[in-house]
Amino acid sequence: MSETPVDAEEVEHVAELARVDLDDDEVDAFTTQFAEILEYFEALDEVPEVESEADLVNVMRPDEVEASLDQEEALQNAAETEDGFFKGPRVS
Amino acid sequence: MSQNAFITEETIEGADDGPLADATVAVKDNISTEGIRTTCGSAMLESYVPPYDATVVERLKDAGATIVGKANMDEFGMGGTTETSAYGAVKNPVDEGHVPGGSSGGSAAAVAAGDADLALGSDTGGSVRNPAAFCGVVGIKPTYGLVSRYGLVAYANSLEQIGPIGTSVEETAALLDVISGPDPKDSTTRFDLDEDGEDAAHPAADSNYAGAADGDVDGMTIGVITDLLEGADDRVVEVFEASLEDLRAQGAETVEVSLDSLEHAVQAYYVIAMSEASSNLARFDGVRYGQSGGYEGNWNDAFARAREEGFGEEVKRRILLGTYALSAGYHDKYYKKAQDARAWVKRDFDDALDQADVLATPTMPVLPPELGESLDDPLQLYLMDANTVPVNLANLPAISVPAGEADGLPVGLQLIGPKFGEESIVRAASAVED
Repeated sequence: MSETPVDAEEVEHVAELARVDLDDDEVDAFTTQFAEILEYFEALDEVPEVESEADLVNVMRPDEVEASLDQEEALQNAAETEDGFFKGPRVS
Repeated sequence: MSQNAFITEETIEGADDGPLADATVAVKDNISTEGIRTTCGSAMLESYVPPYDATVVERLKDAGATIVGKANMDEFGMGGTTETSAYGAVKNPVDEGHVPGGSSGGSAAAVAAGDADLALGSDTGGSVRNPAAFCGVVGIKPTYGLVSRYGLVAYANSLEQIGPIGTSVEETAALLDVISGPDPKDSTTRFDLDEDGEDAAHPAADSNYAGAADGDVDGMTIGVITDLLEGADDRVVEVFEASLEDLRAQGAETVEVSLDSLEHAVQAYYVIAMSEASSNLARFDGVRYGQSGGYEGNWNDAFARAREEGFGEEVKRRILLGTYALSAGYHDKYYKKAQDARAWVKRDFDDALDQADVLATPTMPVLPPELGESLDDPLQLYLMDANTVPVNLANLPAISVPAGEADGLPVGLQLIGPKFGEESIVRAASAVED
């Protein structure tokens, strides 16, 4: 038995955090599947602490203006635009 | 083209001359092509048309290649069978009742069916090697940082690389020669600055991957990862062993190696990949691009409804599990532990590669499943990735080369090399196909 029981309420909470609506069937299916998958992830508890070294280094370039997409190109895939801006749903 | 290998069939002509002037190439549909829609296999991006080319697409065009279409794939690369595509499943050209593997299933199927000479896929946890093995073709997952990811729609960016697929090791390596190299637009290809911050040579600058396909394995030491044979299908292991015997006959020596960390690799991989996915896919809100649904009302509600419609089940599953793993109270338990496991896997590979020039495993522990067979059980599908995901966790290069058939279905041999050791794995793989 998993130490992290997942119930439908928890699946719905995570879906809300992730901004993904689910229908009732999806909530049911995910509740069962998440319990099984998270139980499998439990085995990570056995992993010791391991030091790691970063392979990558920061890359800098001079802060000079370079060519980028123009406004029209940047907006071409937006469903709604207004005066050169993206237009989204109201915030509250 | 009856396998449904392409989402969009459209021709992009390259330069008149170049190393790929006679070659046709299929490009996975998560790699941006200017003016040609790039769906990532998702309904969310059904009408998304990139305003720019991915760096690898520019390199293909400069090399004279003719791009013949955008290849079908698991939605956003999330799957191992190409059945999660919103544009329908792809059939395996070797046996149409079976899946082609995934997530780059369309790319591998196009090459296996002869619809394209070569293809580009992307490999986050095996997505080039898996379909290459299942379709009986060659696929390479390059070392992290060898190939630019600029223009690749991100799923789990700390793990993924774009990789080539072809019918022979030499042709596949030649495509890697074309796409590899540093790119100012992807800083993860620019790791190699010297102490003064000056550019040092990128590993691809003086490499010749195609030239390494000389079949000369005399004196090469091949480490067989015993941990990854235990769970594999007997029919797969039999073909794998025969392939090793053949390599020994050509002068290679095989030794057994064991990596304790591999027991935790699949768990670590999925926690990291899902966590990165939950963050990367937050950009699909239907405002700047993607399906908006046109919903009125509160910002959050409108996003949540657009994303319900635009994403398929596996994508939702991974976004939610990733959100869960990163949420307050669970971050240390899952994400931090997964990072420890990743460092452990890296260390184990370094040790194993001290004992051998390259490492060998079956690419996939199973034969290609039947279409529809594996859809209902996500965890079983994740476990199918046991042999491929450790390589992504360790940032290493690996190749899948056809090793033979079992029950009329292809079996792939995976060869794993040290960091930027692409020439070694190409050399060893070219001896397998002899």
